[in-house]
Amino acid sequence: MKALLEMLRVLLSGDQKADRVVPPSGFTARLTVFTAGAMAFLAVFSLALALATGRLADRWSAELARTATVRISAPDGQMQAQSQAVLRVLETTPGIKSARVLTDAEQRKLLEPWFGPDLPVDTLPIPRLIEVVETQDGPDIEGLRLRLSAEAPGAIFDDHTRWRRPLIDAASRLRLLAAFSIALIALSTGAMITLAANAALAANATVISVLRLVGARDTYIARAFVRRFTIRAFLGATVGTLAALLGVILLPSAAEEGAFLTGLGFRGWHWILPLLIPFLAGIVAFWSTRAAAFRTLKGLT
Amino acid sequence: MIELASAAYSYGGGDILTDLNLRLAPGSFHFLTGPSGSGKTTLLRLCYMQLLPSAGNVRIFGNNVHEMTRDEVATTRRRIGIVHQDCQFLDHLSLTDNIALPLDVAGRDAEAEMGNLKELLSWVGLSAQANALPPQLSGGERQRAALARAVIMSPDVIIADEPTGNVDWEMGLRLLKLLVELNKMGKTILIATHDLNLIRNAKSQISARVLRIHNRRLQLAGADL
Repeated sequence: MKALLEMLRVLLSGDQKADRVVPPSGFTARLTVFTAGAMAFLAVFSLALALATGRLADRWSAELARTATVRISAPDGQMQAQSQAVLRVLETTPGIKSARVLTDAEQRKLLEPWFGPDLPVDTLPIPRLIEVVETQDGPDIEGLRLRLSAEAPGAIFDDHTRWRRPLIDAASRLRLLAAFSIALIALSTGAMITLAANAALAANATVISVLRLVGARDTYIARAFVRRFTIRAFLGATVGTLAALLGVILLPSAAEEGAFLTGLGFRGWHWILPLLIPFLAGIVAFWSTRAAAFRTLKGLT
Repeated sequence: MIELASAAYSYGGGDILTDLNLRLAPGSFHFLTGPSGSGKTTLLRLCYMQLLPSAGNVRIFGNNVHEMTRDEVATTRRRIGIVHQDCQFLDHLSLTDNIALPLDVAGRDAEAEMGNLKELLSWVGLSAQANALPPQLSGGERQRAALARAVIMSPDVIIADEPTGNVDWEMGLRLLKLLVELNKMGKTILIATHDLNLIRNAKSQISARVLRIHNRRLQLAGADL
């Protein structure tokens, strides 16, 4: 822990002597800055996707969880009586906010995509639908089902579970994929920086050899590379993050209906999260370069 | 200071050096000679831990090289001044910065020791080249700069590999004079060279032991030197 704090102190304060012993490198510097920038850009959008799908899953879950449908299939003569019985049951059930029978026009509209606009709903044996809005706590589903079966044998309570679950599962999978993408981006950043660090270490083999021979410890040599790559990754990631945030800000604003693509952005305190990406890139670069440097130095006498 | 006991070094299955026995006493002056490819540089590298013996023991300042950590190797090297045949400088740093490098890596303030540094540059005759980059220096200047870097930490031992190999006779004598001066200050010197005239010249000034590598073994050179 003490060594780590010392490394951080040196990283932040800088060590001009250690810095200048390694000559400025060209392509590895540009490669690191570009990689960190590009990866940060992608990470911001993955993060936005993860947060948006999370919000979507929550919304679908909340909205669908608060509504249910009672479907009544009964002979013509009993339909009205069973509907009234169901409404009475629902009105006296705790956890039910409201319940109403869908009109013929509403039912026709629901069936219109499949049967066209001229469907004679009143002449066909179509089940009667009752829309149920639940309170936040919701009813005791099993108890309600038992009461409905006793009062109206043709009534079936549907809490939308079989619709809701796949939708929520899909949104959750998307969120998982986005999180996995962020992890992959972090690993790829680490791998790219390791490659760049290895290239820089190989290009400076003579410098390292001279430093070892004049009595430099591994930490002294590693520090020069680690600090350089950490700062480059941080700066690159800062530029990438800012560019991506600008892209997110310029996205069309989310519609009230919550269209998925237009809702791809940050809300509230979530805006803080992308600002952490440059620091994460710096941490990834710090450990990648440190590991690469010590691995290389271990092979030298 | 440096002690080799039945030390050997093998590479790729073949023996490069075998049954090496050597003890560098404090303040001693040793020459190491032998034909090209005989293993002089290898022996020197064993002495400053760039190579580890494949058999036997090498002890530096009383420590077995096989038991030293990497940090201990680094700090031990600060007590050994090394002059390479090819000098090995950091070409992007000025001569002054190169000579001050051992101070920097040891965490000492080179700025505070600028007085010593200037004195050292003057001692090796390189005051005018203080700000020059290594590629701008001649062979002799590079050798003298390497010697200055080797002694900046006031090491106990100075190991030089063909320090006069790339310079003319006059410059070789000048370098030898510097090494003799260091020896008179109490430094232990080990020089690998195939220049027998240089050895003869040194023996006329100081008491030096001459070692020779023959058939991969180290032996005391005969009266022909």
